[in-house]
Formats: sequence, structure tokens, C-alpha cells
Amino acid sequence: MIEFTEVSKIYRVAKRQAGMKNAVKSFFSRQYNTVHALQNVSFSIRDGEMVGYIGPNGAGKSTTIKIMCGVLTPESGTCMINGRVPYKERVAHVRDIGVVFGQRSQLWWDVPVIDSFDLIRDIYRVDEKTYRKNVSELADLLDLGEILQTPVRTLSLGQRMRCEIAASLLHNPKVLFLDEPTIGLDAVSKLAVRKFIRELNEKKGTTIVLTTHDMQDIEALTERVLLIGRGRILLDGKLDDLKKHISERKTMVIQYQGNPPILMKEMTQTESSQGRMKVSFDPGEISVSGAIAYFAANTELLDVSVADISTEEMVAELYKEYRL
Amino acid sequence: MKLYWNYFIMELKSQMQYKASFLLTMIGQFLTAFTTFFGIQFLFDRIDGVDDFTYGQVLLCFSVIMMSFAIGEMIGGGLAVFPDLLREGSMDRILVRPRSILLQIIMPNMDFSRLGLLAQAAIVLGIAIPASSVVWTWQKVVVFILMILCGSVIFFCLFLLVASISFFTLQSLDFMDIFTYGMRDFGKYPFSVYGESILMFLTFVIPLALIQYYPLLYLLDRQNGILYILSPVLSLFFVIPSVLLYKIGLSNYKSSGS
Repeated sequence: MIEFTEVSKIYRVAKRQAGMKNAVKSFFSRQYNTVHALQNVSFSIRDGEMVGYIGPNGAGKSTTIKIMCGVLTPESGTCMINGRVPYKERVAHVRDIGVVFGQRSQLWWDVPVIDSFDLIRDIYRVDEKTYRKNVSELADLLDLGEILQTPVRTLSLGQRMRCEIAASLLHNPKVLFLDEPTIGLDAVSKLAVRKFIRELNEKKGTTIVLTTHDMQDIEALTERVLLIGRGRILLDGKLDDLKKHISERKTMVIQYQGNPPILMKEMTQTESSQGRMKVSFDPGEISVSGAIAYFAANTELLDVSVADISTEEMVAELYKEYRL
Repeated sequence: MKLYWNYFIMELKSQMQYKASFLLTMIGQFLTAFTTFFGIQFLFDRIDGVDDFTYGQVLLCFSVIMMSFAIGEMIGGGLAVFPDLLREGSMDRILVRPRSILLQIIMPNMDFSRLGLLAQAAIVLGIAIPASSVVWTWQKVVVFILMILCGSVIFFCLFLLVASISFFTLQSLDFMDIFTYGMRDFGKYPFSVYGESILMFLTFVIPLALIQYYPLLYLLDRQNGILYILSPVLSLFFVIPSVLLYKIGLSNYKSSGS
């Protein structure tokens, strides 16, 4: 059970010019810009749930994950995970969680993967029997086989990511945080990783929190989506409901000749290029035929199509709606 | 403890992966440190003593500082990676593991090429002990060992202090090396030769004189007060501000991120 109650986090970012003199000066007195990374964020995640955590860059995703991992201390509010406050009981808390930072490795660069695993076993004090079982299980599911004997620096990104995920699960964590687990992977590796994550959640009931910019990850994995922007939770709900909420708005692509049309005030423009424009509107306010009639009357219309909204577009749409 | 041993082995394995580099660094360390030794050697070719210390006694000083430094740096020198850890965000990785943070940083960053330095310090020690005209008693042996051990701790603390400052600056400040590498070069002569005010600084602020100058006076039978005997142990008070700064830095990191 993960519970966030009114969590706020403020960063003070130092203003500083380059150079040794300024470095010394700023060591003694500094000026700060205040950044509200999280503002009164509340949500709760049940055991065994799989949640996609999305939002544009700089929205507060990483901050939230870091608080949940016990790396950061929030300014106000409380975060409770399995009855513990992560940043107060760091050692006890991190024993129960696994973390994969997609862009950073937890494996030792110069030694074979299995040596890293052995060391992680010692760090988490996993007993030998459980460890052997987990390694063979994970090697099987993630198809690690010979990779285990290879030094990490010679692995491909896809191979490395599979090893990273295995490494974060050696101690049977109850909660797994995945920060962009599919970043930079090729299609085959992505599919393998997704399949594994889904099975892990279904079979072992591991709670999974996933941040990603890849909407296919979200589509393939999570039912529930949390959208964060400018430090606030903007939406919390099922993917399908969100889609309904958005796709009740229609997306229309028009191609025209001459000057671009002036839009009706109920319409929002989502894309525009020479002679082509994509707009969205709520059919409750303007009917589809009304919109077509409007464009027909105001421009030299070449083509019209009403597109089905994809998850990708849905999210872009959401970002736009909330001006992120 | 087993874990830290394994960390140790893992690091040794990693460094051995680059065999040539490992050996060359070690030999290089061994040789460059001798330049300082020859510096002293040449100086004493011209003069008989520095501030009423003989050649052998200065060498003894030098070897104590060298040895302390070599041990302190082998263990704590890796703390110089602090700013990189903070900037790259590897610190987060360390924080999500259920073990002591400091040990997680120290163990994988141990630098075994410093063994060269240690070997060199041992050789100088071998020359210095007969040349120093110290009349050894078992008390003096204990004090001498304490000088080296406590000295290692002080040097380690200096590395920790310098590293902790990067919690606040997020940059390595090269001039801070004066407190680590600079102190080693400083310490090749008994600290009294630098004058009263520097001796006071090295007694009460950075207590390196407590592991070098004062116990040396005891070894040479010039002083036998209890303070002179216990001075290496007293220097351990330096651990308190060092660890405090590290703790403050860490909590600062946890509230500010990188």
C-alpha cells in the first residue's frame, strides 16, 4: 500500500555564475530560485496494482519516485509505504523495494553480470536458496542464459536492461519502481520487457509503479494512469475512461488551399503545417457536420477526415488541455 | 563484513581487468613518491639539521605522514568521486540499497594502486628507524603505531571533509586539495619548522601535529608528558566535525536533490 497525503516538495535552485571566484562566493552566500516540484500531491496505490505515472519532462515524476524510494525528503505532507515512511526508515524500507532507473545502471561495469548479482545478494542479505531459485527463474523468464557470464560493458542496451530488471528483483521486493524501463530499446526487447513486467504483476502480485514517455508501455501494461503536471496530479483514472474523456472530443484533419481558416472559438488546433491542419472539438458544442460546413464555407477545402484518437495523441491532448 | 570483503574483491577484480594500467599506476606511484624522498636527501646533503631535527628524525616524520597518507588515501581517496556521484545521480542508487551509505561509496572506490605508495613509505621507514637514533621501548612502539593509525584516520577525515563540501557545491573544488595532498607534502618536516601560528593551526584546527610533531618529541625523549604520549588519540576528536559535516551534507542532499 502506497499512500501519498498532501505531499509538497520545493527545490531551491542556486543561481550561480561560472568561474572559481563565483564558486567560492556562492559557497558562502547564495541566491536561490524556488521551484515547486510537487504541490499537495495525494494518491494511493493498492497492493498488487500496476500504475502508469505519466507527465511531461519536469512535471515531478522523478521527484515523486525519489520520495517513494526514500532518496528525497518532502517539505510537507506524508508518504507511507507498507506502513513505513521511506525517508525516515531508509534501510528497512529499501529492503522491500526494487528500483530500475532506465538511464542508470546498478550493475558493475567491468565484471560479468553474475558477479554483480552475487554482490547484490550480499547487499540485500538474500539467503542462498532463494537467491539460486530467483536467478534461475529470472534467467529463464528474461532469457539471460549466457549473458550472465558476460561483462556488463559488452552488453547491448536491451540485454543490459533485462539484467537490470533481474537485478532489482533478486530480493523479492514487494514494490517495483520502473523509471523509463524501455527507453532506447528496440522493438523486440521492448516487447520482452513488457511481457515480463505484466507476468510479474499477475503471478507474484508485485505492486508496480512505472514512469514512461512511451504510450505503448502504458497501453500494454497499466489499467490505471496518474497524470502529473506542474507538480500536481491532474488526472487519476483508468486508461479507457481517460480515452473516453478525450475522444469524446473529435479530431478532424483538414487539407486546404490558400490561407489557413480562422477557427471557431470552441475548436483547438493541435497541429498545423502548410495546407494541413488538425483540430479538435467537443461534439456537444459543435456537430461534426457543423464543423465541416464551417470549414467548407471559410476555406477552399481539399480533404477532410475525422481521425480516431491514439493514446499518444490522447496524452498530447491532455498535456495541451492542462497547458503543460 | 563478508559483504565488504566481497566489495573489496569485486573492486580488485575490476581494477585487475586492466592489468597493465594497474601495474603501471602502482609503479608510477612508487616512483613519484621517491622524488619527495630525494628532495629531503639532497637538502640534508647541504645542511645537517632542520630546526634541531636530524636527517634521520625528519625521515621518520616523513615516513609516518607518508604511511598515514597512503592508508588514508587508499581508503578515503575514492571519496573524490563524490561530486561525480552527485552529478550523475549514482548517489540515488546508493541510497536505495539497504546498507551504510559511506561504506557503499568507499568500498567500490578503493584504490589499490596506492599500495605502491605504501610500499615506498615502508622502505623509507626502514631507512628512518635506524637513522633516527630513537631508543625504542614498548611504550614508544605503541605510540608509533598509534601515530600511523590515527594519522590514517585524520587523512581519511580530510578526504571526507573535502568530499562533503561537494554536497553543497556539487563541484570538486581543486583548491581543497591543499587539505589532503598539500598536507602530505607539508608533513615531511616536523610541523614546528613552519612557525608557531602554523603549529597552532595544525594542533587545534587540523590536528596533524598531534600525530606527528608532539609524539615525535616523546619518541626522541625530549618530552614525556602524558599529553605528548596521548596526542595521537586526542587527534581522533577530528572525526566528530568531519562526520557531522558529512551528515549535514547528506541531509541537505536528501532535501534538495541534485
